[in-house]
Amino acid sequence: MKELSLNILDVAKNSVVAGASLVEITLRTGADGMLTLSIKDDGCGMSEQTVRNVTDPFYTTRTTRKVGMGIPLLKLAAEQTGGSLEIVSSQREQDHGTTVKAVFDTKSIDFMPVGDIVSTMCILIAGSPEIDFFFSDVTPDREVTLNTAELREVLGADISLAEPEVQIWIAEYLKEQYN
Amino acid sequence: MKSLAELAAIREKMQNKVVIREGESATRVVVGMATCGIAAGARPVLNAFVEGVAKNGLTDKVTVTQTGCIGICQYEPVVEIYEEGKEKVTYVKLDADKAAEIVEKHLKGGKVVEEYTIGAITK
Repeated sequence: MKELSLNILDVAKNSVVAGASLVEITLRTGADGMLTLSIKDDGCGMSEQTVRNVTDPFYTTRTTRKVGMGIPLLKLAAEQTGGSLEIVSSQREQDHGTTVKAVFDTKSIDFMPVGDIVSTMCILIAGSPEIDFFFSDVTPDREVTLNTAELREVLGADISLAEPEVQIWIAEYLKEQYN
Repeated sequence: MKSLAELAAIREKMQNKVVIREGESATRVVVGMATCGIAAGARPVLNAFVEGVAKNGLTDKVTVTQTGCIGICQYEPVVEIYEEGKEKVTYVKLDADKAAEIVEKHLKGGKVVEEYTIGAITK
């Protein structure tokens, strides 16, 4: 992976597979240059054993192929900057879901640029227009947010978030906030 | 500044179109977007198809969708095109420029770009 936003696209798709109805993707960069990425879903969650296994690149469940290189690649990207990766997951009825949290030192020479995060969000939304996505990217200088639940309210039930016209609007909406 | 009012205007426009779209024979462009595809550069390929289809006014006829691992990771980015009454076409090792060419020649012009198909690559 050449950009962190590609890892985000890849790992967030696991949340979709887990049957999430809401996926929250947040990026927080502190004044100290530490970036915390969090991908949180309310999907089916994983067992303790599976949580231990997913960071192992040699772990494979060939019959299901639900987990592969995605998490190990994200872990590598975080750790090579001196950061870390943590996964918290629950299968309990009252709080099921998974949170993947990765910390990066953006001052490290090995820090991968975030890259085209707008593209990543558009593709995630277009790929699963029935799921709600909450996105926020906060640095000391600016704040970018997107909440598809708000957009859905305006669009109504008939118009999909995957419609090309809506996709173009979402991309422009995000790009304007970054400028 | 983009506003939610603009989004409401899109809804008004779309609601009239929904009716027309039903019953038309659809062409499906399926882009492999698993770890293998993403790492090989599937994201710009997907974007190029979405943009190309919109730019050429093909959105009523062609839908661009995503799928997981197609199973031929060494040929990623892989794109499959399904057209009614025709055999599936599998394009391999694509990039944004090749995708734009496929929109132009195949989706718009109706002619398969043989040199980018899996048949041509594995020969």
